[in-house]
Amino acid sequence: MNWDPLIPVLTVASSLVPGLIIFGLAEERVRLRTALNLIGALIKLALVGWMLWGVYHEHHYETRLALLPDLELVLRVGPLSLLFVTLSGVLWMVTTIYAIGYLENSPHRSRFFGFFSLCVTATVGVALAGNLITFLLFYELLTLVTYPLVVHRGTEEARRAGRTYLIYTIFGGSLLLLGTVWLYSLTGTLEFTPQGFLSDLDAEHRPTLIIIFSLLIAGLGVKAALVPLHGWLPQVMVAPAPVSALLHAVAVVKVGAFGIVRVVYDVFGIDFAIELGVTAPLAWLAATTIIYGSMRALFQDELKRRLAYSTVSQISYIILGVAIAGPIATIGGLVHLVHQGLMKVTLFFCAGNLAETLGIHKVSEMKGVGRRMPWTMAAFTIGALGMIGVPPIAGFISKWYLGLGALQADQDWVIIILVGSSLLNAAYFLPILHAAWFQKPPHSWPEDRDFGHKETAWTLLLPPLLTAAMALVAGLLATLPFSPLEWAKLITEREFYCP
Amino acid sequence: MVSVVTNIPWGIILILLPSAAAIACFLWPRIANELGLVTAFTIVLSTTGLGWQIMENGAYHHTVGGWGAPLGIELYADGLSLLMLAASALVGSGISTYSASYFEQEHLERFWPLWLLLQTALNALFLSADIFNLYVTLELMGLAAVALAALTNNSDALSGSMRYLLATLLGSLSYLLGVALLYHSFGTVDISTLAERVDSSPTVWASLGLMTAGLALKTALFPLHFWLPPAHASAPAPVSALLSSLVVKASFYILLRLWINIFAPLGEGVDTLLGLLGATAVIWGSLQALRQTRLKLLVAYSTVAQIGYLFLAFPLAVATNVTAWSATTYLVLSHALAKAAMFLAAGNLLLFSSHDRIADLDRVVQRIPLTMAAFALAGVSIIGLPPSGGFIGKWLLLEAALSQGRWDVAVILLLGSLLAAGYVFKVLGHAFTQAPLPLKPTVIPASMEWSALLLAFAAILLGLLASPILSLVDIGHITGHSEVRP
Amino acid sequence: MSSAFLYTLVGLGLFALGLYALIVHAHLLRKILAINVMGSGVFLVLVALAKRTGEVRPDPVPHAMVITGIVVAISATALALILMLKLTAKTGHARLPDDQRESR
Repeated sequence: MNWDPLIPVLTVASSLVPGLIIFGLAEERVRLRTALNLIGALIKLALVGWMLWGVYHEHHYETRLALLPDLELVLRVGPLSLLFVTLSGVLWMVTTIYAIGYLENSPHRSRFFGFFSLCVTATVGVALAGNLITFLLFYELLTLVTYPLVVHRGTEEARRAGRTYLIYTIFGGSLLLLGTVWLYSLTGTLEFTPQGFLSDLDAEHRPTLIIIFSLLIAGLGVKAALVPLHGWLPQVMVAPAPVSALLHAVAVVKVGAFGIVRVVYDVFGIDFAIELGVTAPLAWLAATTIIYGSMRALFQDELKRRLAYSTVSQISYIILGVAIAGPIATIGGLVHLVHQGLMKVTLFFCAGNLAETLGIHKVSEMKGVGRRMPWTMAAFTIGALGMIGVPPIAGFISKWYLGLGALQADQDWVIIILVGSSLLNAAYFLPILHAAWFQKPPHSWPEDRDFGHKETAWTLLLPPLLTAAMALVAGLLATLPFSPLEWAKLITEREFYCP
Repeated sequence: MVSVVTNIPWGIILILLPSAAAIACFLWPRIANELGLVTAFTIVLSTTGLGWQIMENGAYHHTVGGWGAPLGIELYADGLSLLMLAASALVGSGISTYSASYFEQEHLERFWPLWLLLQTALNALFLSADIFNLYVTLELMGLAAVALAALTNNSDALSGSMRYLLATLLGSLSYLLGVALLYHSFGTVDISTLAERVDSSPTVWASLGLMTAGLALKTALFPLHFWLPPAHASAPAPVSALLSSLVVKASFYILLRLWINIFAPLGEGVDTLLGLLGATAVIWGSLQALRQTRLKLLVAYSTVAQIGYLFLAFPLAVATNVTAWSATTYLVLSHALAKAAMFLAAGNLLLFSSHDRIADLDRVVQRIPLTMAAFALAGVSIIGLPPSGGFIGKWLLLEAALSQGRWDVAVILLLGSLLAAGYVFKVLGHAFTQAPLPLKPTVIPASMEWSALLLAFAAILLGLLASPILSLVDIGHITGHSEVRP
Repeated sequence: MSSAFLYTLVGLGLFALGLYALIVHAHLLRKILAINVMGSGVFLVLVALAKRTGEVRPDPVPHAMVITGIVVAISATALALILMLKLTAKTGHARLPDDQRESR
């Protein structure tokens, strides 16, 4: 029997099924719930490993299901989808461990973990989507299953944040739907194809295609937090820390960025997109977002808000890499999809640790915290330096390739953006590091939970150390096979710029 | 074995069984509950049998008592009728299960005969092939529905159902006058014969106007919807559910049949008007729903808006036929399931909190999670988010609109979805928060939570079964090549 | 002008008259009567049109329809009357709630 068509379905099901079972579990079944979560995550990782090996050796996995008479739901594993699936699988595992520690003894955990698993399911579905309608389906599903996580705390503030989140995302979703149906009525297909499927269309359709492109990018830009559609992201900070970590590193914002990669490369095709003249405005939009996000981050005293604006800025590196439209810049953008995830998840874990252990929510309260929580702050430091682009941490690799790519594509202005934003990154991260390590701690912290001789619970400490180590290794060993960089090169060679 | 199943006259059973059960429940009120439930599930089985029969042999015909048209009554079922029967059986079994625990004995004794009578009328309506028989079944259904809406006997319910009765009678009389004119011109009431003979003449125009207006009134198309919100909001929860999900759909089904088979080539101009009213209904109904502070009124106005969607298809369908009619059929089915689930969930919330003020919902999401899950899933289909029946309907409609360059329709569709998201999530947001005043909750029987949830699941599942269901629609009339009778 | 046509016109007139009364009057009994007048109008049209041009004997099918229609009309009227009585018993007047506001 041929198992290949089952592999994508199993990958989606490995988080869906545990999620659905967890909904039905009583609150106090902690062990069973933990076991289900971890078994699901392990199965997913095993499948990811299997698929990595297969795809590396040019193997293809595909599942098709009839949705409408001439439209199918398609799950397909290719190098690009696998990059994103791997990232989600790994970070799901780590975040689940973190969430178990973080939510210890807090109410409604079954609901939380149920939706958490569904959230990963939707992300993996987005990654594996083989055509635009499948993508749309999981994209909207993601909106729905993240809503309960955002309003999880059940406060009035959470409800309002949830409302803002929905107004933005549902609006974005309708634009995406409109663009998709329009495209379908024009072409009769929505299948993601290397080099796109639109270049054969009559020249008279070009103005229409530009509008469709704008609709799709606007719809995806909401989740990717492109300025001016980013307003929801800082507000959603009321969600519990593991949710923020997941939202900023893999689930929501990444899905938007990933969608933009898909639209540019697999729907329009990069050459056709350049011909239409749509990549240059996209690059400018991304550049504006990068600078704007960093500027706003500079003035936030609340740590999670500062990190949120930093996300606004960092996600647009991916979009910039795509929009510069050259193979090397594309590698930079794609590899940042992974690198930003690793670094940002670390930073949010650390922010959560500070809040849970010492009650610290603001940058101004972080003086001397490095002495009280050295391990947490060490991880934080690696993440922050990586964001700035200090070698040999992963962020440096992304920026290096983006810069090289810009030069190769004769877009020298991008260098100014990169340098400028790196300086801004330094300006909002270095003061935190300085205060944490070199200033004197206050007499007492806002609240101080005692964990004996440890600085905090091990479930809270292990995840950021792991992800920080990964960010470091991804930078140090970037040239080994199966590193994010090498995989991004493989994607670019095989899917985007194949001869 | 197969031939046994396909030889049983399932159509007859679908009419006789509930009517006999209605009489039995009236005579022996003590066993009404058990009898009603058994009947509801037997109807599901019989509909399955009929479905099998239709898939094996094509459209179903039966001449009652051996007397064919024009004097006798003929029963007829094609793919469209089958889907309506199936929706009605499915929603009906959900509502029956719910009602069995919802009503007190005193109300139960009056509920079952009326509800079974209503089911008889619905089944007979979906199996009718002539426009006069449709009138009789429509009226029978209307009377049973009004009596059900008045079941609780309080003044809100009584005035709501009185208004409903007047509206429904006016609608049927207008329809009947149209029937009289059509019969006069063409000497037949049989739909397929009419379809062959009909031409463009003042009489046909007059009957088109009268029948369309009468049915639009019964379907509560804006601005003829005035009777719906009070009647649907004041009735007991299961009754609201059956009114919103089945009864308005039955009159819409007649309208759909008439337009697909008879009026579509003649109705130029009227289709634009219907589309325009539909668009207004979508926007106005959604805005009203968004404004409501009471849950049941919110759901009732949502019905007004969702009915608007059904009419949006008319101008599109008259131009291209297939896609838009399929879209409408899909929207009818998914709304039937989702709205029933939503009203049942609203009923649970009302019973649980002893009020239905949206802002004062008290952390219901963790206290009655199944009910809230039902509400949320039904909401997903009503908004039209994937994967759900509502999404497929809206996708098909949007596709039809864009392929004809009808931007106005596309914009209305998207705007309607945004507003629907607004009112659905208004409820869901408050479900998470704590109310200022704590209250003593009432325990909800599991069967009431599950019947709502399963109906909502069915609405979602409809989004994944589009291929087989749309191919069912093609059996018989709907694709335009009106099927020739043997 | 044939007598059938005349009866048809009268029927349509009754229908219009009933519709007018249904909208104008607030009292429920008048509304119910108006509906009945409309119904009689429709039945008259049906009976009148049964005698089609060139046929000696009138068509029996519309007659059967009218009989069915009358049965339906009687049950509807009975339901309407009992609803009206119950409403009057509860609220003290035989009017719909918002009509009441207008006439005050």
